[in-house]
Amino acid sequence: MSTTVATPASVERGESPARRAVRRFLRHRIAVFGLAVIVVFVAVALLAPWIAPYDPVQTSWTAIRKAPSAAHWFGTDENGRDVLSRVIWGARASLMAGVVSVLVAVAIGVPIGLIAGFAGGWTDAVLSRIADAMLSVPFLILAIALAAFLGPALENAMIAIAITFSPVFVRLARGMALDAKSTDWVEAARALGNPPWRIAVRHVLPNIIPPLLVQGTLAIAEAIIAEAALSFLGLGQQPPAPSWGSMLNSAQRFLENAPWLAIFPGAAIFLVVLSFNLVGDGLRDALDPRADRR
Amino acid sequence: MWAWLLKRLGQILPTLLVLSFLIFGLQQLMPGDPALILAGEERGDPQVLAQIRAELWLDRPLWEQYLHWLGNVLTGDFGFSWRIRMPVAELILQKLPVTAQLAIMAFLIGTLIGVPMGILSAVRRDRLADWLANAVALFGISTPNFWFGIMLILLVSVQLGWLPPSGYVPLTEDFWQSIATTIMPAFVLGTNVAGVLMRHTRAAMLTALSQDYIRTARAKGLTERVVVWKHALRNALIPVVTLGTIELGRLLAGAVLTEQIFTIPGFGKLVVDAVFNRDYPVVQGVVLTTALIFVLLSLVADLLYMAINPRLRQA
Repeated sequence: MSTTVATPASVERGESPARRAVRRFLRHRIAVFGLAVIVVFVAVALLAPWIAPYDPVQTSWTAIRKAPSAAHWFGTDENGRDVLSRVIWGARASLMAGVVSVLVAVAIGVPIGLIAGFAGGWTDAVLSRIADAMLSVPFLILAIALAAFLGPALENAMIAIAITFSPVFVRLARGMALDAKSTDWVEAARALGNPPWRIAVRHVLPNIIPPLLVQGTLAIAEAIIAEAALSFLGLGQQPPAPSWGSMLNSAQRFLENAPWLAIFPGAAIFLVVLSFNLVGDGLRDALDPRADRR
Repeated sequence: MWAWLLKRLGQILPTLLVLSFLIFGLQQLMPGDPALILAGEERGDPQVLAQIRAELWLDRPLWEQYLHWLGNVLTGDFGFSWRIRMPVAELILQKLPVTAQLAIMAFLIGTLIGVPMGILSAVRRDRLADWLANAVALFGISTPNFWFGIMLILLVSVQLGWLPPSGYVPLTEDFWQSIATTIMPAFVLGTNVAGVLMRHTRAAMLTALSQDYIRTARAKGLTERVVVWKHALRNALIPVVTLGTIELGRLLAGAVLTEQIFTIPGFGKLVVDAVFNRDYPVVQGVVLTTALIFVLLSLVADLLYMAINPRLRQA
């Protein structure tokens, strides 16, 4: 008689956690759809110079506020610029701002959080209070204030968003470090004489990656909205360079006779943000070891 | 409970102290010399500049400037607006009721849509209603408020002509007109809150419904309605109430762009105008006030959590 212990299917198959996560993610059809949309937008942003039908900053006095047509699929704006081309080029500013600002926020927040969690005591108290203080200022207000004090430019908007987001990652990394500190394997690693930084890099960091991926993806969605909001206010991408946020701002004045100016850039923001949220949700389900349902 | 409250206050006070450093620090990031901005036409006169610097304590060491500023803030003196020539505290008090009205309306809309939707989708898990509710929530979370606002104006005001596209009438002046001018922005903000609350209500309900006491209740032969409404919901609502309080705090501070689009003269409009006028004391004042509101409301959220969760009350 053989004694069988119930093991998850993935363990029986000898599957690595990463592969299992990929398999689970791919089963999530709507998240895969989100990923596909993101891939399309990234491709559009990278290939902008080749696929944009017109020069995005070329004004034309003969084509002012023309409705969508065969020549201009998304119509033209108040300066006769092609809206489709501007939406295509705008993808660059939006995606770059979203991804870069979150990467910077992670690069600032994760080491600080690990230090706070591992050091404990006063270091932790001080770092945690700084994170709390920053989190108590509403996200957009802090970003606006920082961008205002730094001066209007896309780079400054990105810095402002990155700084505003970093405490989220401080908290995440600190929590993971505290969790890890109490586990037996970290205790064992420490008993073997490993220095704290080595434990942090070798044992804690790999465990942070799954929640970091989820949080990071959802943060990109928020960062893209934040960049659009700052650009809408004139604190991000500066004209005439195209950005979805600033396009929406000027569109507001022509709502009655040129609604397409507002519809297309907004729809682009919506689609990208929705897709990042879908992927983030899908990743959460795929990476959560407890969620082995269905 | 008192020990817990003391511990919580012990966390809040240092947070506020750090916050004061950060907000004071913002001033140091400021491009240009404030004395030059304030002097205006007389910027060439060294005497005027020296006088302004002395008035604003700009000629003192940094730590003295900070203590002076902190002392003022603690006594309710948030400085003087450079543009509007009014105390910042007075300006903020003027705008607060407008934003509060908008936030409360948005909160009501968000709760009335989000919570029932969350309950429904948990009870009908993996069915059509769940799927629809999830789609609505995702839409609420993913649509940028400012775009949704513009689209609503396009549909409701420009195409249908039902509501005024912008402007604001105070509640005290004309109740219905006031509602008419704020219902669209409140709805825009509310959909976002609804999305967040729906997801949390759903998660909390699913957790509650999988508990042992629910199985016991069902085994006792109680009807599904009693199980859902009396047993599961009452427990599921505990985290939702706390979260709702935080959302209200976010609303009180976070209507920046929505106010901008519907030209509602609240907090958001105040801070954006201040940014463009380089009216830094006002920017500082708004950051400080919104942060205070947020800290206060998260404390309220904790207290509510204690009040409605009997397990914590006894501890």
